[in-house]
Amino acid sequence: MNERTPILDAVCHLILLAGALLVCLPIYFVIVTGSMSQQEIMRVPISWLPSNQFFANVRTVFANADFGRLLLNSFIVAVGIAVGKLSVSVIAAFAVTYFRFPFRIAAFWLVFMSLMLPIEVRIVPTYESAANVALPLNLVGQWLGITALVDLDWNMVNTYPGLILPLIASATATFLFRQFFLTVPDELCEAARIDGATPMQFFRLILLPLSRSNFVALAIILFLLGWNQYLWPLLLTTDQSMATAVIGLKKLMPQSDSLPTWHLLMNAAFLTMLPPIIVILALQRWFVKGLVDSGK
Amino acid sequence: MRASSSTEAIAAAGGGARRLRLPLVGRRLDGEAESGLKRAHFRDKGVAYLLLAPQMFVLLLFFFIPSVRALIQAFQLTDPFGATTQWVGFQNFRELFQSGVYWASLQVTVVFTLAQNALTLSVALVLAFATNHIARGRGAYRTILLLPYAIAPAIAGIMLAFLFNPRVGPVAQMLQATGFDWDPTKTSGHALALIVMAASWKHICYNYIFLVAALLSVPHSILESAYMDGAGPIQRFLRIQIPMVAPTLFFLVVINFVYGLFETFAIVDATTRGGPAGATSILVYKVYLDGFVTLDLGASAAQSVVLMILALALTYAQFKFVERRVNYSV
Repeated sequence: MNERTPILDAVCHLILLAGALLVCLPIYFVIVTGSMSQQEIMRVPISWLPSNQFFANVRTVFANADFGRLLLNSFIVAVGIAVGKLSVSVIAAFAVTYFRFPFRIAAFWLVFMSLMLPIEVRIVPTYESAANVALPLNLVGQWLGITALVDLDWNMVNTYPGLILPLIASATATFLFRQFFLTVPDELCEAARIDGATPMQFFRLILLPLSRSNFVALAIILFLLGWNQYLWPLLLTTDQSMATAVIGLKKLMPQSDSLPTWHLLMNAAFLTMLPPIIVILALQRWFVKGLVDSGK
Repeated sequence: MRASSSTEAIAAAGGGARRLRLPLVGRRLDGEAESGLKRAHFRDKGVAYLLLAPQMFVLLLFFFIPSVRALIQAFQLTDPFGATTQWVGFQNFRELFQSGVYWASLQVTVVFTLAQNALTLSVALVLAFATNHIARGRGAYRTILLLPYAIAPAIAGIMLAFLFNPRVGPVAQMLQATGFDWDPTKTSGHALALIVMAASWKHICYNYIFLVAALLSVPHSILESAYMDGAGPIQRFLRIQIPMVAPTLFFLVVINFVYGLFETFAIVDATTRGGPAGATSILVYKVYLDGFVTLDLGASAAQSVVLMILALALTYAQFKFVERRVNYSV
């Protein structure tokens, strides 16, 4: 096609520029207000240009709201969710696609049922499970009359496993790995078996290297998902030192009866969104492919 | 993004759906030995169980037991301190559906999800059309338009709450300068508009990525023949590209409903906290309020069950889509 549409071209660029502006405006104001002082933030109308208090505000946020610790917690939780979910999922997907064993289809359906119910809809009992992981053992103990089991109590509130494990309990990554494994040529596995490879050798030497791009793409998506979690860490961290950065922001929200410290909130918001933005900018190519492939 | 990668994904997803149906229907479509099993496979039972064990363990503790307990609790009445529990049958559900507050919340949720869906999808469509049309600069625009994906929903809520804050927000100040009495802390319509904008701002990028990928996968030959017949770019978009990507649109509508129903808790909590006077208290927010603030566990569990049914219906719709997508052979 050799079509010339100069007017439409210009309109399209204008539309895209407008879209880019709408995306950037809120982010721009995070930086602008994050660099203001308390007086500047209260001025009406507010200035549209940045001020010079940015690093002073960073110091205040680190000192008063313990943001160094919160960012570290976010990092541990996000990496924990990504690594944990990937490793649990890839071996489970390997088992259901490459092994014949009794109850294989039942196992498959049990795993994939978890695709259907997001954590938000079963939030109260999931919290109770994390508040006492030994709960199922308590019930079994009650039923059998074993008091040692009834008294078991393992509280995961305010711990890293409590923040990480319940978010691993979903089959999204397993489903994606399964879909990928089904497209791997059968000849590879046949050849490996003729050469006398054990299942785990085939997995380690052939299947894992083939899955590398899926791994990277999923790792990025899961890292962003973990870093940006809100409801679960909100419930599970009563101790401020175990909160994540996003939860720290909630504590900085201006309350109606106190001085509105929007400048500190925005400064902390900028620090919190910086790591995911760096990840998405640096690894965009992998991430876009992974997003479209996984439909997540 | 290359067209090939997305078509591969579509083929993979379609194949998955066909195999997924098999255990239920008990038929064999493609002559495989067993559905979803590789032709060349292993028979070491022990290894397979060991490989599955970690996933099953995590799912048991944090998915199956909580889901079953939510079902049980919906039929129980527990006092706020958890001291006594009794069976009450469907009483929690009866009370729920007789409660005006719940119906109000349901109504808010319907308006919110519909508005959010319409805004997100239409803006994403316009942006995807523009991206598809221009020859230069696609990458740069895409990089910027993708940024909201990296930003936490809570932060998206905080940012818009600031911009539209009636006292300090620059956009609110501009609105007020035109004489418009903008105040989302007092006017319920304004508060609802605010969470719709925040939810869409965060989610447009996701729709956009899928639409750009789908538009790229429309065969060039069809567009070319339409061009020969004298169809302009906009006509080709409306008459050929949109119908061809209809399955993707359907998928995105379902995903947007899932997002609006279940993933917008953070946006509401950071922006309006359900206020003013419950005007933005959507269903997931109310489950949280009843379960953790007012400690009405039975009501919260009954609401969980209603949400579970909604989630199952949407999952079913999504699987339907996966089947249809492959039939289109785009």
